[in-house]
Amino acid sequence: MAKGKIVAGCIAPHPPHLVYAENPPQNEPVAEGGWEQLRWGYERLRASLADVEYDAIVLLSPHWQTYVGTHFLGLDHFEGLSVDPIFPNLFRYHYNMNVDVELAKAIHDEAAAAGLPVKMMENPDFRVDYGTITTGHLFNPDWDKPLVVISSNRSTAYYSVEVMQEIMIELGRVTRKAIESSGKKVVVLASNSLSHRHFTTESEVPEDMSKEHITSHAMHLWDMRIIDYMRTGQAQRILDEMPEFTEQAIAESDGGGLSWLLSTLDVPNYPAILHGYGTIIGTGNAVVEWPCHAHEVSEA
Amino acid sequence: MSDGEVVASFVVPVHPHTVLAPDQNPGWRRLRDAFDGAAQTIRDLEADLIIVYSTTWPSIIGHQIQSDPNPEWVMVDHDFHDLGSIHYSFNIDAEFAHAWDDANRNRGLQSRCVNYKGFPIDVGSVVALTLLNPDNAIPAVIVSSNMYANRSETTVLAKSCLDVIKAQGRRAVAVTAMSLSNRMFTDFIEPNDDKIHSLKDDEWNRKILEFLEQGRLEDVGQLSRTIHQQIRVQKVVAFKPMWWLSAMNGNRNDLTGRVLAYEAIHGAGGAVVHLDPAASGAGDKEYDEDDVEYFHGERGVLDTVDESDEGQQHEVEPPVEHGSGPELWEPTDAEGSVNTNAAPKPVGAYPHARRVGNMLFLSGVGPRQPGTNAIPGGPIHDEEGNPLAYDIKAQTHAVVDNVKRIVEEAGATMDQIVDVTTFLVDMKRDFQGYNEVWAETLGKVGPTRTTLAIDALPTPIAVEMKVIVHMPE
Ligand SMILES: [Fe+2]
Repeated sequence: MAKGKIVAGCIAPHPPHLVYAENPPQNEPVAEGGWEQLRWGYERLRASLADVEYDAIVLLSPHWQTYVGTHFLGLDHFEGLSVDPIFPNLFRYHYNMNVDVELAKAIHDEAAAAGLPVKMMENPDFRVDYGTITTGHLFNPDWDKPLVVISSNRSTAYYSVEVMQEIMIELGRVTRKAIESSGKKVVVLASNSLSHRHFTTESEVPEDMSKEHITSHAMHLWDMRIIDYMRTGQAQRILDEMPEFTEQAIAESDGGGLSWLLSTLDVPNYPAILHGYGTIIGTGNAVVEWPCHAHEVSEA
Repeated sequence: MSDGEVVASFVVPVHPHTVLAPDQNPGWRRLRDAFDGAAQTIRDLEADLIIVYSTTWPSIIGHQIQSDPNPEWVMVDHDFHDLGSIHYSFNIDAEFAHAWDDANRNRGLQSRCVNYKGFPIDVGSVVALTLLNPDNAIPAVIVSSNMYANRSETTVLAKSCLDVIKAQGRRAVAVTAMSLSNRMFTDFIEPNDDKIHSLKDDEWNRKILEFLEQGRLEDVGQLSRTIHQQIRVQKVVAFKPMWWLSAMNGNRNDLTGRVLAYEAIHGAGGAVVHLDPAASGAGDKEYDEDDVEYFHGERGVLDTVDESDEGQQHEVEPPVEHGSGPELWEPTDAEGSVNTNAAPKPVGAYPHARRVGNMLFLSGVGPRQPGTNAIPGGPIHDEEGNPLAYDIKAQTHAVVDNVKRIVEEAGATMDQIVDVTTFLVDMKRDFQGYNEVWAETLGKVGPTRTTLAIDALPTPIAVEMKVIVHMPE
């Protein structure tokens, strides 16, 4: 069997606003557009990977929050209605998705072997979290690739960003190892925002873009600093500054997705492609791709 | 209709073990039995409403209130999915939910109702309502816990709830779905190995329960911040449920408390506590923070600021309530000055009115209420200067009432008012409403009148009047 490989790694944020603004048939509410910069960013990301072949998507979502270990969706198929508990007015999405259980189990087993507490989620009534659904839709609206969905362990809240990052770097290492052993070509997605301070009010028309901006200058500076590291191939600096970034920008990297992604990509020193940046009710969001396929020598 | 009241309050744990696996661990069984006992108490009290404040339903856009009359779905816990699924079908009092939502806005809170098929009701609410209201005989409401909310916002949320309980004459039960210490074991454990995560957590939990057993709910509210630092995983900005529950009970320290069970759930502190409003004779409050009536915003979030306000952020004074507005002064005493406790305190060194010969000159009079400083009809903006909806007619009525109090204090009567200058901060928006109230009140007396549009007033009010009275010799 050929060695499996990661063809791309992306930051693929999950604000339900982006799905809402697009009016796909699966989502009940209707919008007059909005957040185009980010939606066009997603379009560019999809176009960028249109000719890259892959078998599965591995995704870590900060809205499947587990306090006891790291969990993996463990059944072949999930469908149902995902209603965002925070923005139910924007996101009521009928989902229908397939899971690459084999690959999920392989990552689970590697993680267990490395001493991480892990569990397969095999309850058929489980509602897949809206972060997974949103990122899943925006990255691949056809839903024609199976996913591996990894929960977000809340170790930042329990301990510290440092402890979280230790765990996530290890989880990233075993994710990579399991993917390579699987013989599959895989895209890995960290579903998270950058700076994450919300407005606590919503305008009459949620998609009124005249009301949309970053919550503060400091948040903007942090976002641009992190994006600059991405664009200049300095992933290690992102990991180094993760505690300050997460704390000061109240960043959604607290869920571990970004640390896990960078570790899974073996801390890339080549530039990432920024496909788009924009704010969503004040939070900073970037669509970013590390085009691994163009940088990593195939050993196939 | 009788006066509404909170007939009982309960603290209950949030994890699904008590519903799905009570017999896997004797402690979980004791918690379950306590839940069942609480359900019986609620029935015996003939409560007609159960209100759940759930710490496992976070919100961002203010507080959310469930208003689907019959939410139905299957709840699977994100962590404990292997324990099984909870099918729920609840009986929600949508009318109460909407009334509470309105009451929230009247008290300055951001609030909304949610009524969407398939809305994922959180684990804490599902567990609480499944066990406390097993046959759905009693209508319920569920409110979220705002991520950024702090004490005053959470306190006011309870007060607006009480407004509706009173208005509707309800016999309400207030429930906080919450852990005490909320640190769970971060690894999987056998049910029989369950215990409180650490000795420190256990000691704090027992201290909290000792207070609650003595009915000292307000004291626990005062300790909220300390508790948050000591035994709460820092997931949200504050430990809020005790603020809410304390305010729901009039911030008292002499309730009758009973701890029905205290056990570990995967390391977290789970307790079922019953607080009876009957006075226990215990001590009164020893230390009080401001008892907030109205929310003016304190989350420190940079909300959208109306551009037109930006240039005058420093001139527009913050709201007046409870020490957060301009300093209040005792009215100045001078020859001929007329001052009264029945009028709001001045915001500078001046008297309410001054008499010279048979002329009485009033200082500018606004709508603030004497004593409380509350603004009928609501303030026109919050502390950050974000505009709020307000009622100009209510404000104008309040101004006229205050004028009357001062005029009468001076021994004059309203029909002796000869000249009025009115200041409006928003002529376009408010002239009509103000003019209507004028016609019903001072318009009948017949003073000359001048109405001016001005930039701002020192407190967040929309209208002020300068009045001159001609008194008989
Ligand atoms: Fe998120």
